[in-house]
Amino acid sequence: MTLSNTIPITDELVASHGLKPDEYQRILDLIGREPSFTELGIFSAMWNEHCSYKSSKKWLKTLPTSGPRVIQGPGENAGVVDIGDGQAVVFKMESHNHPSYIEPYQGAATGVGGILRDVFTMGARPVAAMNALRFGVPDHPKTKHLVAGVVAGVGGYGNSFGVPTVGGEVEFDASYNGNCLVNAFAAGLADTDKIFLSQAKGVGLPVVYLGAKTGRDGVGGATMASAEFDDDIEEKRPTVQVGDPFTEKCLLEACLELMKTGAVIAIQDMGAAGLTCSAVEMGAKGDLGIELDLDAVPVREERMSAYEMMLSESQERMLMVLRPEKEKEAEAIFRKWGLDFAIVGKTTDDLRFRVIHQGEEVANLPIKELGDQAPEYDRPWVESPKAALPDFSVLPAIDPADALLKLISSPNLSSRRWVWEQYDTLIQGNSLQRPGGDAGVVRVEGHETKALAFSSDVTPRYVEADPFEGGKQAVAECWRNLCATGALPLAATDNLNFGNPERPEIMGQLVGAIKGIGEACRALDFPIVSGNVSLYNETNGKAIMPTPTIGGVGLIDDWSKMARIGFAAEGDAILLVCKSNMWGTHLAQSAYMRDLHGRRDGPPPPVDLVHERKAGEFVRDAIHDGRITACHDLSDGGLAVAVAEMAMASGIGAAISLPMPTDPAPVLFGEDQGRYLMTVPRADKQLLREVIDEGAARGLVVAWIGETGGTELKLPGTRAISVKDLSSRHEAWFPGFMD
Amino acid sequence: MKSAVILLPGLNRDRDMIAALTKIGGKAPVTVWQTDTEIPDVDLIVIPGGFSYGDYLRCGAIAARMPVMRAVAEKATKGVTVMGVCNGFQILLEAGLLPGALMRNASLKFVCREVKLEVANAGTRFTDRYAQGQLIRCPIAHHDGNYFADEATLARIEGEGQVAFRYAEGTNPNGSLNDIAGIVNGAGNVLGMMPHPENLIEDAHGGSDGRALFEAALGRAA
Repeated sequence: MTLSNTIPITDELVASHGLKPDEYQRILDLIGREPSFTELGIFSAMWNEHCSYKSSKKWLKTLPTSGPRVIQGPGENAGVVDIGDGQAVVFKMESHNHPSYIEPYQGAATGVGGILRDVFTMGARPVAAMNALRFGVPDHPKTKHLVAGVVAGVGGYGNSFGVPTVGGEVEFDASYNGNCLVNAFAAGLADTDKIFLSQAKGVGLPVVYLGAKTGRDGVGGATMASAEFDDDIEEKRPTVQVGDPFTEKCLLEACLELMKTGAVIAIQDMGAAGLTCSAVEMGAKGDLGIELDLDAVPVREERMSAYEMMLSESQERMLMVLRPEKEKEAEAIFRKWGLDFAIVGKTTDDLRFRVIHQGEEVANLPIKELGDQAPEYDRPWVESPKAALPDFSVLPAIDPADALLKLISSPNLSSRRWVWEQYDTLIQGNSLQRPGGDAGVVRVEGHETKALAFSSDVTPRYVEADPFEGGKQAVAECWRNLCATGALPLAATDNLNFGNPERPEIMGQLVGAIKGIGEACRALDFPIVSGNVSLYNETNGKAIMPTPTIGGVGLIDDWSKMARIGFAAEGDAILLVCKSNMWGTHLAQSAYMRDLHGRRDGPPPPVDLVHERKAGEFVRDAIHDGRITACHDLSDGGLAVAVAEMAMASGIGAAISLPMPTDPAPVLFGEDQGRYLMTVPRADKQLLREVIDEGAARGLVVAWIGETGGTELKLPGTRAISVKDLSSRHEAWFPGFMD
Repeated sequence: MKSAVILLPGLNRDRDMIAALTKIGGKAPVTVWQTDTEIPDVDLIVIPGGFSYGDYLRCGAIAARMPVMRAVAEKATKGVTVMGVCNGFQILLEAGLLPGALMRNASLKFVCREVKLEVANAGTRFTDRYAQGQLIRCPIAHHDGNYFADEATLARIEGEGQVAFRYAEGTNPNGSLNDIAGIVNGAGNVLGMMPHPENLIEDAHGGSDGRALFEAALGRAA
C-alpha cells in the first residue's frame, strides 16, 4: 500500500481522521489553503484528544503542580521531584487502554515501553514500575483472554527491559466489559543537574533519529485512541504497535551513555503520533521551526509514503537535537548498541514545520499552532446528581465470618499473586516491599538509608457515585498508602480514564473528579507533576466507570524503620487510628454492599482532608520514631478485611474486641476514610499509653481494639477463622479463574 | 581475587551481579563487552542474567555465538572458575560448556518468587561453604528454566555429582527434571544455575543465603 500525497481531501476523509467540521475549518483558516494528505494526517495526529488534551486542558490547569520539591511539572515527558542529595525521582503514568483491548499482549507491552521511554528520555534510569489494570466481569467472554494477554504483555516487556514491578491494581467490573484499562507507571532516578528536556535550542542544529527503524505499525494509533469503540473494533488491530523490549533496553543504555557525553541539547521520545508529535513538540517548545528530510529516516518496509512515516507509531525510537561537534561520538555509541542513527533534519528560525519527501515538500505548516496552540474546548458539562444515604436497616443478616471469607476470596479482594508473580519484582536488587502490601518500596541505590515508596489508587465506584468525593478519595488513599509505610508523600501523577467528553454527564464526571483531585492535592501538599488523559472509553455508547488513577511517590529517610502490613509478632496490641469512636459507619458504596447484598446505591464515604492529614502525619511520625511494629491502611472491605490482610501477610492470628452496635456490619465492613491499623508490643505498657495519648493530643481517636496471637482470626460476634483457611481461600480465586 | 562480568546487549541483571561481587569481594569486577576477544586474567568469570538479544531465536543462542564466548570457553578449558546465572546458564548451555537444555517453564509463564534450594553437592568449588543437603532460600525470575537432558546425560550428571542445586520441598517452579536448579561441568569449574543468589545477599533483600556461594567462588579465587 502506498498512499500518495495527492489524494483528494473529501469530507469523509476529514471525518475518518477524527477531525470535526469546525476543526477542519480552523485548519483552512490557519493555512489559507486546502491541506495536503500528509498535512491532514499531521493535523489529525496533533489535534486528537490523546495528544492535544483539548477537552481536559481547561480543567487540568486548575490542578496544583508546583511545590518546594518540584523540579519539573506537567508538560514534559515526565514529572521531576527533588529527593535530596542531588538526586531526583522522575515519574509518570500513562494509559494504553484502547490498544490493549484490541491486542492485549502488544497493547500492554507497548504501554509499558512507552512509559519507560518517557522516564529515560529525561535522563533517568528506571527503578520501579506499577500498573493499574481494569477488566470486565470475570464471566464476560473476553475477560480471561484480556487478563492473560495484558499480564503477559506487561511482564514480557518490563521483565526483559529489567525494571522491577513493585505495585499496581487489578479490578473487575461490568463497566469495563467493552473497554479494559491498562495504566502503566514508571519511575526513574536522575541527578538533579542532569535532567534532559524536549525544548530545542539553537538554529541550524542537526535533528537526529535514533533507535529502531520505522515501519507501518501503529499508523493512526493516537487517532484510534481518541475514538469510541463499536462492534468493528477488531478491524483496528493493525493500528496497534509491536513492542521490542530488547531494542528498548539497548536504547536506554545508549541514551544514558550519550547523555554523559554532553552531546544532547534536547530529546523527545517518539510515542503517540511518532515522528510528527516528537518533532513538533521539540520545535514548538523551543520557538523554532523544524525541517525533516524523510529520505534519511531509517525504514524497515519498502515504499513507505510521507503520510505513513509521519504517522507511524513504531516503537523504541527517539528524536534528539545534538551538538554538531559531538555527532561522531554519538553515532559510535548508537552503533555499539546496534541501533540506527540518522540525521533527518535541522532546526530553523521560521517557526514552520516542513517535511520533504523525495525532493518534494509534502508539508509546510505553522509549528506553534500545531503544537502548544492546538484547539481547546470548554465542553458543556452537568454536575453528577448526588445520591441520598440509603436505608440499610432492613438488610438480611449475614454472619461476619461468612462475609469476610466471601470478600477475601472474591474477584476484587482476592490475592493478586497470580498476576504479580509473572512480573520480575526483584530485579536491580533494591526491592524492599513487593506487591501485596500498601505500597511498593525500592531502596535508592548508592544511598545507605533512603528509599522510595510507590502506590497506585482509585476507587471508581466512589467516583461514579460522586466524582468530587471520589476524586478526593483517590488522592487520599494513595497518600495514605505511602504514609502507611512511613514514607513522606512527595508528589503524584494522574491518569484520568473517562468516557466520551462530548456527553455533558461524562464531562461532568471529569470536571468533578479533577476538582476533587485538586482539592485533595492542595490539602495534602501532594502536587500533580505529570499525567495523562484517556477519554472515549466507551463501547456502543456505554461508558466505563470514571477512573482517575493516582500514582504517588513517597520518600523514606531510613528504610530500616519502614512499616509493613504483616503482624510482626504475637502479643502486639492492635490500634485503630480513626476520626471518632463511632469506629465504622459508612456502608454505602462499600465492597460489602456490592459483593454481599448486590447494592450499588448511595454516596461514597466522604473524605475529611484535615483529618486525613492529621492521621497520616501521626502514623508517619510513629513509624519514624520506631514506635510501631506494623501498619496498614483501611480501604476496600473496611476493618475486617484490613485485619485479615495483616494476619494473612504474617500467618499470625488476632482477636478483635470492640463495642458492637446491633448490626456489626458498619463497624466491620464500613469504608469510612482516613483510618489505619497499627500494632505496638502489648508488654510495653508505657509505649502503648504514649501512642494512644499522642493520637488524642493531635485530635485523633487511637483505639485499642485487639491483640495479635494464635493461628486464628477472631472477630466479635462470630466464629474464629483459621488464618491458614483465610489464606488458602484468598489465594485460590485468581488461579482458579485463570488456570 | 579478581573477577570479570561478561556484558551482552539485553542482559539486565549485570548491575545486580556487579553489586554482589563488589559487596562480597570488596572490589568491583572488570566488565568485558561481547565483541572483546580476550578476557583479562581473572579468577572468576560471571555471565549474569537477563534477556541477551531479547531471547530471540532461543534463550542464549545468539549470545553463545558472540566473540567473547570463545574467550570464556578457552578460560574454562584452562580451569578458570566460570559461573552463569539465569540467562548466563542458558548461554553456557548454548555454548556447549554445560550439558542439557532449558525449556519454557511447564506453566508457560514467567515466574518470579522465592524458592527453597537443596545443596545437592556441597563438594564443588561453588557450594563448599554450604553443608551437604542444606536448604537455602533463593529467588527465581525466569520464563525458560525447565531443565532437560536425555536419559544418558541425566544419568551421567547425577552419577558424577554434577547436580549442585535442586528445588526443594515441592518448590520446583518450572518442571525441571529431577528438580534440577543448577549444575556444574565434569571438571567442576563451570556452574550454571537458574535462581538468583545475587538477589539475596544482604538485609535489604530480607536474607543473605546467597552470600556463601559468592564467598566460595571468590574465596577459591583468593
